[in-house]
Amino acid sequence: MSAVFEQIFQVGFLAAIIRIATPLAFATLGEMFSERAGVLNLGIEGIMLLSAMAGFTAASLSGSLWLGVLVAVLVGALMGALHALFTVALGLSQHVCGIGVTLFCSGLAYFLYRLIFGQQSVPPSIKGFQPVPIPLLSDIPILGPAVFNQFTLVYLAIIAIPLAAFVLYRTPWGLSVRMVGENPRAADSAGVSVIATRFQAVILGGALMGLAGAFLTMAQFNAFTFGVVSGRGWVAIALVVFGRWDPWRSAGAALLFAFVDALQLRMQASGLGHIPYEAFLMLPFIFTIVAMAFMSRNAVAPSALLKPFRREER
Amino acid sequence: MSAPLIEMRGITKSFGAVKANEAVDLAVAPGEILGLLGENGAGKTTLMNVLFGAYAPDAGEILVGGRPVAIHNSADALAAGIGMVHQHFHLAPRLTVLENLLIGIPGKSGRIDRAGGLARLKEIGRQHGLSLDPDLPVSALSVGEQQRLEIIKALFRGAKLLILDEPTAVLAPSEVDGLFAALRSMAAQGLGIIFISHKLNEVRALTHRCVVLRHGKVAGRVDHPAGTTSAEMAKLMCGHEIVPPAKGESTPGASVLTLDGISTSGHAGTTLREVSLFVRSGEILGIAGVSGNGQRALADVISGMLSPDTGTMTIAGKAVAQFSPRELQALGLGRIPEDRMTTGLVTNLPLADSMVLPRIGTEAFSRKGLLNPAAIRAFAEAQIKAYDIRCPGPMVRAGALSGGNLQKALLARELAFDPKVLIVSQPTRGLDIGAARFIHEKFMVMRGKGCGIIVISEDLEEMLMLSDRIAVMYEGRIAGTLFGADATVARLGLMMTGAEGRS
Repeated sequence: MSAVFEQIFQVGFLAAIIRIATPLAFATLGEMFSERAGVLNLGIEGIMLLSAMAGFTAASLSGSLWLGVLVAVLVGALMGALHALFTVALGLSQHVCGIGVTLFCSGLAYFLYRLIFGQQSVPPSIKGFQPVPIPLLSDIPILGPAVFNQFTLVYLAIIAIPLAAFVLYRTPWGLSVRMVGENPRAADSAGVSVIATRFQAVILGGALMGLAGAFLTMAQFNAFTFGVVSGRGWVAIALVVFGRWDPWRSAGAALLFAFVDALQLRMQASGLGHIPYEAFLMLPFIFTIVAMAFMSRNAVAPSALLKPFRREER
Repeated sequence: MSAPLIEMRGITKSFGAVKANEAVDLAVAPGEILGLLGENGAGKTTLMNVLFGAYAPDAGEILVGGRPVAIHNSADALAAGIGMVHQHFHLAPRLTVLENLLIGIPGKSGRIDRAGGLARLKEIGRQHGLSLDPDLPVSALSVGEQQRLEIIKALFRGAKLLILDEPTAVLAPSEVDGLFAALRSMAAQGLGIIFISHKLNEVRALTHRCVVLRHGKVAGRVDHPAGTTSAEMAKLMCGHEIVPPAKGESTPGASVLTLDGISTSGHAGTTLREVSLFVRSGEILGIAGVSGNGQRALADVISGMLSPDTGTMTIAGKAVAQFSPRELQALGLGRIPEDRMTTGLVTNLPLADSMVLPRIGTEAFSRKGLLNPAAIRAFAEAQIKAYDIRCPGPMVRAGALSGGNLQKALLARELAFDPKVLIVSQPTRGLDIGAARFIHEKFMVMRGKGCGIIVISEDLEEMLMLSDRIAVMYEGRIAGTLFGADATVARLGLMMTGAEGRS
């Protein structure tokens, strides 16, 4: 048994956690901003997929990875705007529209990918982002190579967490976001535009989801496949609840999920081969369900989540 | 009188065919407290919504400091120095006091201006004697404190005119005194205040002048409210005299409802501790107390929605074995819940359905497990006629009715089955004089017929008028019981704060 553990907790394990956590962190923060403003975005899975495809395509056609990232972010923001158009401007059901956005984005991603790349036996790949060691910091034993010898996007995610907390808790805009998610009428009577604030939050959320998609096809897999997102968007929605709509806690939840995911990957590769690998694949999801069951009891969602705002209603 | 702070001239606003406001003129001078009186639906709230920018008037103009201004939204109103304290607070419960104040206020170099906000809060505290802990979440504040926060919020934004929409409806008597003191101090410092109410004694006690609206028009102006009798003002409001219902003689019989040592837990809000009380047939027992002292738990236990941990309850001599609304109803209990819209009826269903809901499975309304639509409809139609419930018909969506008509419908639903005990929470909250009068009359009739009635209310005047005995709740206990004849507002007020107990 100890041999198994040795194999699991080897040097690269910590690095793997960080790598797995990065797209989840972006996606979770994106969903969190949207939900804090009172808009559930079930389009996340599709937005991530379409952004992943668009970013990959742009990078592979232009040869510039950063252009790919930009395209992915813009596509994410655009799809966020689409969701906001339905749910905020028109006040339609957030559940129905979110699923609609996911279906639309997924279909569009498959369609455009086939149109551009055709049917190939081996999916085309690109040379993705390479790890950029940070001088000095990367020399720290264990922590150095795991955390400070990573892709630039990983560093961006690490910066994004405190930045999101700062924006949400310390800026007037962040206060407006929290207020429209709690009591839009209060925000409205204080002269804050509920519609504009919600639009902005959902678009920012979409952009972050786009970043998550970009990471998948340009840093983690360096290719686009139809299963590239494989439920990470749905997981992010659960992680937001798990993280109680707080940037720090949500990022922590993403890290925890990544830990279990990295663990199961190692367990698959380890000497526990007599167990079907699907059993290991389930682990992170079982963990999520169990964690949710315990944590969501105390979790209190933003009061105005799912509720469209119409001014004339009294 | 000095030049008006704000003037509304010839304001007219229609919703479809209904004229909510018609040629209304109104002016407030600095330092003046203006009462705006009227029954529900008289157009008070519409008029104030026009002033606050929520509705655009069809005709008329608004002048601020003598100059006409266009107010299209709340931001415009705030810029014109108009602040409003709504009846339903516009606060986010999970944000802090300071965050609720700073919403919509530009920050300093991209950040929330915390220091500036604290300084301003302190200044308002000093000026008007209104203070609150800035870092407390709003959910931790009492209703009175939340209202104070709303007032501070308006002042924070530099309001010169403060509109308060039925501010005392949610307050305990002691809190009302505090509010009035604060409002007087603000007026003394040159603020204009519009005080909306249908409680005549309050308007007489507080305001310098008042405008009475009826059917959207100005029905009269009273220049010395303190020197005018309530009866005169009520006549202006309703267009006719209002006489309180006669309280006929009634000899209480045997106890119809007895609670013995009831304690609860696991209920949101205050729990009950060893509550014992009884109501006899032909008697009205009032339950007084500051909101949140266990009245809700008491109502829930008596109506079978909450099972007590210890203690027993008997209805008409039969011990209650199982606490469920259906069980208690079978024993002869009728209930009119506090919140008409959520626990009273189903707003999206036809009125007729809501009127038979508690008895949907009984012989009267179903046969062999199938509903009997004809019987349901006939029942609803009969009650609509008997109780003069104003509505297009039994199939109208229940939520479309006004508060007074909803309350009549709920009353009709329970009284039609001659309950032995009736538990009523806040029977006339938000109702106008006419509707309240109707409800009170029905209670008197039921009392005469031998029904035992428990009235839970925060309206002490109502309590004194109706009750044969009054029990005061404090922190989940019965602090004391008074006979109606011995009770006064002052006495009850003391007991409600836990200062005096008596049995």
